[in-house]
Amino acid sequence: MKPIPLAALCIALLLGASASTGASASSAEQVRASHAWLRILPGALPAGGYATLHNDGDQPAMLTGARSTVYAQVMLHESSAAGGTNRMHMVEAMTVPAHGNAALAPGGFHLMLEQPGRPVKPGEVVRLTLTFADGSTRDADFTARPANAMDAGDTHAGHAADALPLPAEHTHPAH
Amino acid sequence: MNTRRLSVFSPRWLGLPLLLAAMLVLGACQRSPLPLRLTNVSGHMPDLDFNLTDDAGKAVTGADYRGKVVLLYFGYTHCPDVCPLTLAQLHVVMQRLGPQADGARILFVSVDPARDTPAVLKAYVNAFDPRAVGLTGTPRAVEALSKRYRSAFTREPGGSDDSYAVSHSSAIYVFDRAGRARVLATPSAAHDDLVHDLKLLLDDGATS
Repeated sequence: MKPIPLAALCIALLLGASASTGASASSAEQVRASHAWLRILPGALPAGGYATLHNDGDQPAMLTGARSTVYAQVMLHESSAAGGTNRMHMVEAMTVPAHGNAALAPGGFHLMLEQPGRPVKPGEVVRLTLTFADGSTRDADFTARPANAMDAGDTHAGHAADALPLPAEHTHPAH
Repeated sequence: MNTRRLSVFSPRWLGLPLLLAAMLVLGACQRSPLPLRLTNVSGHMPDLDFNLTDDAGKAVTGADYRGKVVLLYFGYTHCPDVCPLTLAQLHVVMQRLGPQADGARILFVSVDPARDTPAVLKAYVNAFDPRAVGLTGTPRAVEALSKRYRSAFTREPGGSDDSYAVSHSSAIYVFDRAGRARVLATPSAAHDDLVHDLKLLLDDGATS
């Protein structure tokens, strides 16, 4: 019986401490998304979703996935390449550290968007609702990009370490 | 005449034919070792050979791609992350080759023949590069090709009949115009190195 009041006291203290430091802000309130884009594949094939998440808060945030009005199913996945074999598996959450960034990027964490209800064309903007472990949600606009895109297509997007700046996709010949 | 010729084989001249023979052998060897930057597998892997169906629905074998430098990669279309990343990187490499890229082909072999029909494959590979060809076939034929290059693939447990993942080798196998395995690359290889090696193989075949 003795330890219980002590444990209760500890919990009360912790709760009080977190409340007093203003940590009650939800993940959705402290996380922003940038360079958000979708890799659109032909037909009804699944798309890949990528973004950089910035956490301005004092607490780590856990992204659990996303919802979409266009895609029937959106899952958080992670690709790995151990031993020369590519694997893809579902993950529960991706941590965005306090005052830090985490990226949904090709070859790592990404959203897998399946069963589009209508064709999505490169260039259009698809709004996704990001979901967090604390139950909060936040909308983010993802730009649909062609299958062979390397990034969000904005000039500030980070490239993979080995990737070179993309050459101009098309050069328009002078008439 | 006879005595003069024989004198060549006297101990004093014995070195000359040996030297000539050695130069010939070295000369023959020097033709093939190209200064490749990526993992050189020349002579260590079998020539390109398979019996598959291309994305137009036509039966093809490795011999159909003789004359082209071939980049062989295993993957599947319901792979939204790593396969598109690799194919997008190969597209960048092809663009950097300029007109020379016409001498190369990306062969994307499906490790998921159940879902990857020629039509699905065609739309998929063409979304990346016009010089990419999708190949599919019976599970046995795909497995034979995979085993030939000590590559492996397995359907991941779980998922449904429509939704499942397939683990597969990330390697890119490069063959010269004669169908000989030359280079083993990984998707993380620097584009510069892959462009460099492809140029060597494209130049090599063009002049011989």
